Amino acid sequence: MKWNILIKRILFLVAVIGIWQLIFTSGLLEEIVFPSPISVGEALYNGFTRGDFFSALGASFKHLFIGLSMAIAFGTLLGVILGKSKQADETAGMYLIAMQSIPSIVWVPLAIMLFGFSEFAVIFVVVLGGTFVMGLNVRTAIQSVPPQFKRAARTMGTGGLRMFFRVEVPSSVPYFMTGLRLAWAFSWRALMAGELLSNGPGLGYSLAYAQDYARMDQVVGIIVIIGVIGAIVDQFVFSKLEDNVRSRWGLA
Amino acid sequence: MFLEFDQVGKKFKDKENGEFEVFSDINLSIERKEFVSLLGPSGCGKSTLLSMVAGLEKSTAGAISLEGEKIKKAGPDRGMVFQQASLFPWLNVRDNVTFPLKSTMSKKEAEERADHFLKMVHLSRFKKHYTYELSGGMQQRVAIARALAMDPKLLLMDEPFGALDEQTRHILHDELIKVWEETQKTILFVTHSIQEAIKLSDRIVVMGTRPGRIIADFKVDIPRPRSRTDARVVELEEQVMDLLKDEINKVLKEELENEVEYTY
Repeated sequence: MKWNILIKRILFLVAVIGIWQLIFTSGLLEEIVFPSPISVGEALYNGFTRGDFFSALGASFKHLFIGLSMAIAFGTLLGVILGKSKQADETAGMYLIAMQSIPSIVWVPLAIMLFGFSEFAVIFVVVLGGTFVMGLNVRTAIQSVPPQFKRAARTMGTGGLRMFFRVEVPSSVPYFMTGLRLAWAFSWRALMAGELLSNGPGLGYSLAYAQDYARMDQVVGIIVIIGVIGAIVDQFVFSKLEDNVRSRWGLA
Repeated sequence: MFLEFDQVGKKFKDKENGEFEVFSDINLSIERKEFVSLLGPSGCGKSTLLSMVAGLEKSTAGAISLEGEKIKKAGPDRGMVFQQASLFPWLNVRDNVTFPLKSTMSKKEAEERADHFLKMVHLSRFKKHYTYELSGGMQQRVAIARALAMDPKLLLMDEPFGALDEQTRHILHDELIKVWEETQKTILFVTHSIQEAIKLSDRIVVMGTRPGRIIADFKVDIPRPRSRTDARVVELEEQVMDLLKDEINKVLKEELENEVEYTY
């Protein structure tokens, strides 16, 4: 990244915090609804040094890891079936899009009634959050293998399973990567929705807990953590991966 | 006969008109080591005919046989080079060339063979490169090396230089002739360029359109390399041009009529 861009971004952040501090000092809003940047900073510092945030983060990442892995596995399976079989796609493809359009928080009451206030209920919501978007992208991936690649492979005596694993799968990798990035993003949102209404542990639960005790400094602090993690994982893991693959595949 | 077309015909199912006949009753014999061009205006079915030899497309009448055996499906005994190089972007140049070899020989053997053919098309320096790093002409040379590495009985080329610029095309013409002389392959080459056909081939099969059919079969007895200004080349060009003029006018007229139908 160029230095001048970095400087612009830092200056913007400084300005936002400055305005925030100004509004706080003006005394227009009560401290209970509008904490100062310093008290939010303190809440973050205390949360991490006492280890509360670390254990909450650890629990959240555990839910996410299990849930996202399952979402990727189920989504890939679903996508390959719909992508390969025209029958299956005509029958169920539309419902996949319908399922995808359901906001994941909607699944929370269902999960709680099925599995109680357990971590399993949270993982269930994360799985539903990621599976459909993964499935849709894998389906697109398989369907958009250039026919030209398959024709060329056929003239080289390739068919059957070798065609699938050596031509269709590698050719699908860029879309698969997009699927991964979106599955992560949807699962991350689903995770927070699920944890918010769970009995903990987890970052979402900590947020609900802070709300119950009217700790606005902690509420804002946790929102900052959630935002920062989301941005970092997206920018430095999935977007990077996707860009690398796309340029290697000659698509960017 | 090496490659034999026996009353080959092709009909496509058409939504509006029911059936559409691309061509019928194509009879043609091609000798081993011959360089034959299929020349014709768009719509004459020359590419469809080539795809049938490759086994990518089925004939609806007659049969094509290679060394007496009927062609039923695609196979590595017929290498094909398409207008788009169709290289796999996830493999480097060398792995693209070894792709068809992996199932029949050891890795070492496959790589030696790939290197041999990459050298033949002057791409030894680029064997570790990925396809997005290559120009169109280089990609097409890799595609030629990939087809040749399978040691096919027949090399099929479907307007392989159609998407390249003039300069590159001329260089690749010369390279192709060298490769052909070195490997002694039989080549079936589809093109719509009269000059390209005359420059390269031993024989030019001219096809007409609506319905698709063979309208002439020229032997090109001009020693290579052939210059565009050679009197014999110019004469042949005019001869073929006259033949094709009526065919091209026919296509234009039909397209104009369609245009009128759509406008009103």
